[in-house]
Formats: sequence, C-alpha cells, structure tokens
Amino acid sequence: MQQNDGMTLIVKTVTRISVWMILLYGIYIIFHGHLSPGGGFAGGVIIALAFLNVLLAYGRKFTSDWLNIGFLHDLESASATLFLVIGILGISIGGAFLANFITKGELFALLSAGTILPLNIIIGIKVGMSLFLVAWVLAGSKTVKGE
Amino acid sequence: MIVYLLCFVLLLVGLYGVLTKRDLIKIILSIGILGYAVNLLLILFAYRKGSIYPILAKGKEVSQMVDPLPQALVLTSIVIELGTTAMLVALAIKLFEKYQTFDITQIRRLKG
Amino acid sequence: MILPYYIIIPLLAAFLISLIAGKKDNWAVILSVIAVSALLILSLFSFISMRDETITYSMSAWSIPYGIVLVQDALTSFILVMVSIISFTSLIFSIQYIRHLSMDWKYYSLFMLLVTGMNGVIITGDLFNLYVFMEIALFSAFALVAYGSKAEEFEAAFKYAVMGSVSSFLILAGIAVTYSATSTLTMAKVAEVLPAVDQKVIFWIGALFIAGFGLKAAAMPFHAWLPDAHSSAPAPISSMLSGVLIKALGIYVMLRIFYNVFNAPEIFMKIFLVLGTISIIVGVFLAIGQWDMKRLLAYHSISQIGYILLGMGIATPLGILGAVFHLFNHAIFKSLLFYNAGSVEMALGTRDLRKMGNLMKLLPITSQTSLIASLSISGIPPFNGFFSKLIIIIAALQAGLPWYAVFAIIGSLLTLASFMKVQRYGFKGETAVESSGNKIGWRMNAAMITLAVVCILASLMVVPGIKEVTLDPVVKVIADKTEYIQLVLGGMNGN
Repeated sequence: MQQNDGMTLIVKTVTRISVWMILLYGIYIIFHGHLSPGGGFAGGVIIALAFLNVLLAYGRKFTSDWLNIGFLHDLESASATLFLVIGILGISIGGAFLANFITKGELFALLSAGTILPLNIIIGIKVGMSLFLVAWVLAGSKTVKGE
Repeated sequence: MIVYLLCFVLLLVGLYGVLTKRDLIKIILSIGILGYAVNLLLILFAYRKGSIYPILAKGKEVSQMVDPLPQALVLTSIVIELGTTAMLVALAIKLFEKYQTFDITQIRRLKG
Repeated sequence: MILPYYIIIPLLAAFLISLIAGKKDNWAVILSVIAVSALLILSLFSFISMRDETITYSMSAWSIPYGIVLVQDALTSFILVMVSIISFTSLIFSIQYIRHLSMDWKYYSLFMLLVTGMNGVIITGDLFNLYVFMEIALFSAFALVAYGSKAEEFEAAFKYAVMGSVSSFLILAGIAVTYSATSTLTMAKVAEVLPAVDQKVIFWIGALFIAGFGLKAAAMPFHAWLPDAHSSAPAPISSMLSGVLIKALGIYVMLRIFYNVFNAPEIFMKIFLVLGTISIIVGVFLAIGQWDMKRLLAYHSISQIGYILLGMGIATPLGILGAVFHLFNHAIFKSLLFYNAGSVEMALGTRDLRKMGNLMKLLPITSQTSLIASLSISGIPPFNGFFSKLIIIIAALQAGLPWYAVFAIIGSLLTLASFMKVQRYGFKGETAVESSGNKIGWRMNAAMITLAVVCILASLMVVPGIKEVTLDPVVKVIADKTEYIQLVLGGMNGN
C-alpha cells in the first residue's frame, strides 16, 4: 500500500456518509450553546473532528484538494478578529467591552440571549479551524524512525 | 473527605509521572493527569449533596443546582489544557525529528 | 475608559497580523510597531496622569460579584510602563534580528500575544482571569523560545513548557482552594472575606501560590528551567522573558496577592526573605562559572530576582521601595544586556566569551552600552542598579536583618566580579576576532541606546521631588495592603 492513500474502501464509504452528520451535529451544538450544554468550543471540536475523520480516512492529499487549507487559515484569523470587533461594538453601543447590545429575546427561544449566539458561532468556527489545523500540521511531520 | 484525598492522590500520580518518566509522551500524559486532578478538585468544590446539574431548563429550579461557576472554570481550563497538550506534542515531535528518540536521557544538549 | 484597550490593542494586532500579513510580511512589522507604540503612549499617559487614583472597569458591564473587573492603580501603571518600554525596544531590535533568522509574520503575531498576556495579567482584578492571561503569555513564550528551530531550542522550550504547565496547575489548584474558601474570585472580594477564613486554609493557598508563582519567577529552588529557556530564545525574546515576563507573571502577581489580598502575613514574608537570599547567592555563584554569555545573563536574572524578593520580604515601605525600583531597573539593564549579547552573537556568530574579543573596535555602540548595563547591574554609582540595591540593603539593616544585608552585599560583589569577566574576556579581550559579516543596523543600535539612556535616567527616580511622583504612589499601593479593597470596591459603587 502506498502512504497517504488513506484507509480501506469500507472506512471511506462510511466516512463519506458520516462526515456530514458529524458536521451537522457540530453545528447543532454551536447553535444551542445558550440553551443546552455545549456551545462554541464543544461544537467547534466536533466540526474539527469531522474534518479530521476525512483526513484519517482519505489521507493527506485528498483532504488538501477537498479543503482549501489557506482559506481555513484566513477563516480562523478572521473569526478571531470578528470576535474582537463584536467586543468593540459592545464598547461603543453597550458601554463596556463585550457588553450585550442586541435584544435579549425570550428565554428558551433559539434566537435569544443577545450577542451570545453570534459569539458562539464565531468561537465555533475559530475552534474548529484551529483544532483541525493543529492536527493537520502535526500529522504532516515524520515520526517514524529512520525516515 | 475521602474523595478529596483520592483527588490529591491523583495529583501526586501526575506529579510522580512528570518527575520520574523518561519518555516525552509519558511526561505529556502525566501533565494531562495533573490537569484532570485539578479539574476534578474544582468540580468537587462545587458539589452540593443532592443537587442537580446547573442547566437552566423548563421546570428546573435554580436553588437545587450545584455551583455552576467552577464548572465554567473547568471548561476554560480544559481548553487551556488542550492548548498545552498540543504545544507539548508539537515540541515532542520536533524533538523527535532532531534526535530520533523520545527518551529524555538522550536529549541532553543543554546542561549547567 | 482606557483600561480594556491594554488588552484589545495587542490582541487585535496579533489577529490582524495573522489575517493580513500572511501575504505581506511588511504589514506585520508596521502593525506591531503601531500597536506597541500606542500601548507605550497609553501607559505613559496614564502613569503620569493618574498618580494614586484607582480606576476600575467592569467587563461586559457586569458589576463586581458577577463579572470580571479590570483594575488600574499606580502599581499597575508602573508595571505597564515597564512592559511597554521593553516590548517597544524589543520590537525595534527584532525587526533586523529576526530577519536574520527568518522573516516571518508568525513571530510578530506571537510577540503581540505575549504582550497581550502580560498586559492582561497586570491589569486584571480577577484571579481566574489572571490564570487565563498567564496561560496566553506562557503559550506564546513557549513558541517564541522554540522560534529558532534548533535542537537546543526545542529542548529548552519543552523543559519550559513542562515546568510552566506544572506551575500553572499548582496555581489553578490554589485558585480552586481560594474559591472554595471565599466563594468569590474577584481579588478585592477575596481580600474582604479572607480574614474570616481559617488560618490553615490560608497557608495552603499561600503555599500553592508561592510554589506556582515562584516557578514562574524562577526563585531559587524552582529555577531549573530559566537558564535553558532564556539563553536559547532569540535575543529580543530573551530580553522580554528575562526583563518583564518573569516579573509580570511572578513578582507582580506575588506582590498583588500576598500584599493586597493576603495582607502580608508574617510567615510568607519570611519565606520571601529566605528564597530571595538563596536566589541571590546561588544564582550569582552559578552565573560566575558560565562562559556562554546569554547563559550567564540568565543566571544573573535568578540572582536579581532574589534582590526583588528580598525587598518584598523585608516588608517595610523602604524595602518595598527598593523592590519596586529594582524591578524596574532590572528590566531595563537585563534587557539591554540581552540586546548586547544578541548583537554580539549576530556579528560574531558565537556566544562563547572565550571566542570574543576586540569588540570595542568592531561594535563600538554595543560595547559602550554593555559597559553602562554591566556597571548598572553590578551596582556601581551613579547608575540605577546602585540605588535600588542600596535601598534594599539599608532597608534590611533598618528592619534588623543585618545578615540578609551582608548576603545582599556579597551577591553584589560577586555580580561585579562576573561582569568584570564579561567585560575583560568579551568586550576588551585581546583575541583578534573576525566579524561574520552581519552588520548591526541602526534599529538595533537605537534600541540599545534608548535603554542605555533610560538606564542612566532611571537613577533620577530616587531624587526627592521625582520620587514623590514616580515611585511613592506605587509603594503606597503595596504598603497600604488591604486598602486595596476599599479602593476597588469603593470606586465600583461610585460608578
């Protein structure tokens, strides 16, 4: 077997189906962060795991064709910057850094809790991208003796 | 009381691992154990007998819940621990690339 | 309200650098210089305008028992000024120095994160928030130590990372015990509740914090990581680590917690005295035998931290004055010495004192500034190091601790001896050495000259009249101990 070729057909087929479900679950966790356990970090980790699944099953080359790694880098930095921008908006509108400036809505409604939801989404993107990129970079190094 | 003692024992296990193990990966795992011990300590401090998880849902009363703040702290500390582990693993991999070994007795260019 | 901007500015710069400068490297330099100079102006402005006021700021507009509070008083602004001066000169020094290693935006991004972490630790009034910012500073420090990608650097960084994580967990355990004893994490509130807490619990917390922050400050039994990490890092980072990081994360936090929160219990002051004295003597003995210039400087950091701890342990206003003044002075001259070592390393390609020599002709500015810094650190009048050491020694004598004063004097003499070695072998040596061809640019020279000037000017801070506006408000904050509660909580109610 060649390296970087990924795993067997069974794993590949299962991954092809399951990766979307994992992604969806991650997005669900992110969007319900203000209502139930989870939130930006947990959801972001799940998203990263979905991508990681592809990396494990299909190998490095396929993944780098499928995902635009440079774009993920940009997305990561952009989400961090966006977080700060929302924080600064909080200064200008709400009077303090990260203060809430959107209506709080109704308790237990999906669109509620002011800035927490957008911040959760941003954190989810940030965590998902950075965790995947960390694993991506680490997986690229050689750890077998004598190579 | 016994749970706190066990928690302390876990902390000592982690510390023992950091101090005595010679393999880089085992040291990283020991640091993980150390972190779990401290997280467990935080959660134990928050516990109140007979209380439920601190999640606000319909029909749950706030007065019956355990202290939620340490749980939030633990989440943050888990995130930090993730960062620490990733950083340590990256350094260990780089060290392996340079020295072709994970044994710290053979990684000794700095001394004095 | 300028308080959150100490954190926002460097953080924004770090993220923008990774966003924009991934494509254009020059942007990284421009953005980080803008950010650091803005911080320098902000901190100088607030230090001059505030004096002994205390300003508080609630993050997210949550008031004190619920939210995180930022506190700025004279001590905070003093340390912020110190951090800003060193990070500004370090950045200027880096522009050329890092280009000679490798031109990379990642360096500047990490550098700004390091500044973020330190500013956050200094300005926060919340224990757990302090822990988080401390980790931010440490992560970037680990990465920056390993920045040169040589085997030794990874080794040093790994050692540093292991020690750093262990000490962080000890601190976190301390915070956990504090929370369980007082049910709050805001430092002022903790200080308010703490007198009612069982004495044994306070000893536990204090022991955990001394072990944790002592590791960060590299006081003597916890020093093992420092010489490796500080000598392996790139020179501007060495100066950031040795100059300000160990002080912001170690000494400043200990001052804040043990004086303002714990009300300076006798037993911990004794521990500081003993730790400080051991650090002074053992650090300088280890330093004197070194031939690697940066390693020698790193061991001196341990010894000089010992002086600060000694001043802290004396616990009279005069001792605190000495400690605070030495804190500032050490940041200035140690950073300057690390710049000197960096420029020598760049010009000659070696850090071994035996292979140096003839530097007066080769690197005139480096040699002159290193002379000033060496005289300063060894405590020769009229340089700043002399005054701060003198104050600490006088304070020790006045407090009836003559033996500690004797040890401090011995340490100072040995420091002088080891820097005579540096000057004799390194800068005035007879060996004719060839330059490796790397020219020291004007930016590196400018950074060194700036710090040398500050080194001389800083001794003016003890002159009556200037002392009242610079050092005295800082000492007042520390010596007033738990006045801090009223200052923070009172200011809160006023808003």
